[in-house]
Amino acid sequence: MSALKIKKGSTSHSAYELRDPNSNVVERHTLACIVDNEAGVLARVIGLFSGRGYNIESLTVAETDHEGHRSRITVVTTGTPAVIEQIKTQLGRIVPLHSVHDLTVEGPSVERELGLFKVAGEGEKRVEALRLADIFRANVVDSTLESFVFEITGTPEKIDAFADLMRPLGLLEVARTGVAALSRGAE
Amino acid sequence: MARQMTGAKMVVQALRDQGVDTIFGYPGGAALPIYDEIFLQNDIRHILVRHEQGAIHAAEGYARTTGKPGVVLVTSGPGVTNTVTGLTDALLDSIPIVVFSAQVPTFLIGSDAFQEADTVGITRPCTKHNWLVKDTDLLAATIHEGFHVATSGRPGPVLIDIPKDVQFATGSYTTRKAANTSHYQPQTRGSIEAITELVAAIEKAERPVFYTGGGVINSGPEASRLLRELADGLGFPITSTLMGLGAYPASGKGWLGMLGMHGLYEANMAMHGCDLMINVGARFDDRITGRLDAFSPGSTKAHIDIDPSSINKVIRVDIPIVGDVAPVLEDILKVWKSRGSKTNTPALANWRSQIKDWQAVRCLEYTPSKKTIKPQYALQRLEELTKKYDRYITTEVGQHQMWAAQYLTFEDPNRWMTSGGLGTMGYGFPASIGVQVAHPDALVINVAGEASWLMNMQEMGTATQYRLPVKQFILNNERLGMVRQWQELLHGERYSHSWSESLPDFVKLAEAFGAKGIRCDSLADLDDAIVEMITHDGPVIFDCLVEKHENCLPMIPSGKPHNEMLLNNDTTAGAIGSAGAALV
Repeated sequence: MSALKIKKGSTSHSAYELRDPNSNVVERHTLACIVDNEAGVLARVIGLFSGRGYNIESLTVAETDHEGHRSRITVVTTGTPAVIEQIKTQLGRIVPLHSVHDLTVEGPSVERELGLFKVAGEGEKRVEALRLADIFRANVVDSTLESFVFEITGTPEKIDAFADLMRPLGLLEVARTGVAALSRGAE
Repeated sequence: MARQMTGAKMVVQALRDQGVDTIFGYPGGAALPIYDEIFLQNDIRHILVRHEQGAIHAAEGYARTTGKPGVVLVTSGPGVTNTVTGLTDALLDSIPIVVFSAQVPTFLIGSDAFQEADTVGITRPCTKHNWLVKDTDLLAATIHEGFHVATSGRPGPVLIDIPKDVQFATGSYTTRKAANTSHYQPQTRGSIEAITELVAAIEKAERPVFYTGGGVINSGPEASRLLRELADGLGFPITSTLMGLGAYPASGKGWLGMLGMHGLYEANMAMHGCDLMINVGARFDDRITGRLDAFSPGSTKAHIDIDPSSINKVIRVDIPIVGDVAPVLEDILKVWKSRGSKTNTPALANWRSQIKDWQAVRCLEYTPSKKTIKPQYALQRLEELTKKYDRYITTEVGQHQMWAAQYLTFEDPNRWMTSGGLGTMGYGFPASIGVQVAHPDALVINVAGEASWLMNMQEMGTATQYRLPVKQFILNNERLGMVRQWQELLHGERYSHSWSESLPDFVKLAEAFGAKGIRCDSLADLDDAIVEMITHDGPVIFDCLVEKHENCLPMIPSGKPHNEMLLNNDTTAGAIGSAGAALV
């Protein structure tokens, strides 16, 4: 990212100047919105997406700065480059929103999601579930003689893969948090 | 120690601090403490409307003509839901409005109390921002922030919802100066690199055109002055959207007239054929662009807008400039002069002669009638007989609105108030009241259609109560004219529900409200009747019976580009294809 000298943060779209703005290719972008944690702020952000017909693939929100009452809303969305650019400028109109970071174009970033999986089974299936959980570095957070609850952290793709494997082994229920993401490096 | 006072008193004090002298409103249970404070003072004049939609449109008219924010006070529940259309109208047309809505007491919120509504939820998508204030100590600061947000950057409506217990409770008053507004500071100066790039394009341009919009007017009188200096200095032709009429004078030498769906032929042809388009405070609305893939195919496009989301939203531009119109125009002038005030003079002469050929088409000519009053003729007479006055025009929405834009002329900004983006029938009459309140001695005319006018006719009571001499110039064709026109063009002349049945007798209606009514259905009497309307000291309903099936032309049929306009002599049958029919 530093090699491209793209200014980090804010609603600067400099990175887009390097891409074809008229491309019809639908891209997946992870946006981090820093907002004042005031009543209704989440409704403003998601209302913008639903009102203007944009897509939300995943949404994660929590107060990240308790003293400053700032929340971080991480939205994974899809669209052509022009639509993604529109989403960012429309977000910029929200008064209690301080900045939008497009983690997908602002350089390398890490994305993590947490999943909880309830798997019920006996005998060989139960052993196989435990073995696969070990391979995926999932933790057992609850256990009975007929079931486990696994906790797994990783990229959404890793969690999808784990779900695919657990399904034939007695998967009963899944809870997922949605993506949390940060840029890599010191900046 | 900060001054202590009740929340209701804070509202009035904050209005004083903001320099507000006029508000429009309607009382109700939850708003009583604020209304009590209004009763106890004389600094702020409250105009009592007859319906809350009237209040917000009046405030819009007031805001558009003064450049100051329009202020509205309504009660909870139905009081505030009645303002939703006006809030949406102000959001789309970027009008600074501050609505104070009362709310049920905080301890009743969520209990489905009498006249309770989720006001901030309902108005969230139709305001620039809104607040529910649950603590009296925060009320004054929130009001000051509200005025700041409504008037900064791209203006728009805000709403402050105040529960009744917050109005009664005592708290600390925050002064305007002490209120923190630092976090919302939109950029106003444009990038000098982009401005220099635009100036370089200006110097070379062979077929340039200015395409200006409501942003020029919102930027203030200095923006209009700079626009005139720049357009006349360069000798470039200039067209404007519906919202921007008056920013450049209709008598100016570069004036092409309005552009767009019902714009002038020469304006649309210039847009289509230009090699440099300079968009100043307009937003490439679909009424302007016509078919997108055929929109001004060969031009370099520059776009000056204070709202970054307007840029590249519909039309990809080559030179984006984020900033307020006035400072950006100032910088353009400065850079252009510093580089030697150059233009491509020989090419510009050719371009002007091309434009003259287009103007020779005389697209506003229509077939005159010897028997009935054509609406265009009525407006031409209105123009002739009123242009020497200190005149302000509002309109409703429909054919009459487009004809007014075509046939009336505007020399200055803030004299033309019309619902552009939302197209709100019922806007014009209350807006004319707001304009007249701001300019008590001016001639304020609402050009209306009978159907639109009926939508907020209850405001006749307001006009007579406050002795506001607004002139309601109704072009009565007993039809929803624009709907009927589209049904003629698109739906095989099947006029489904587009006529005005059971119309009132407008003269008697005026008299019932204590106003003057004039009916005119004869060409011979028209001038005298208009003069009678102008000279009458009081509100007038002018019922002008016009040709019933007149089409508003010229027109870019939907789905067609700028250079395929329907003119007055063209046949309208099959003018809109099936793809166009699906558009609005």
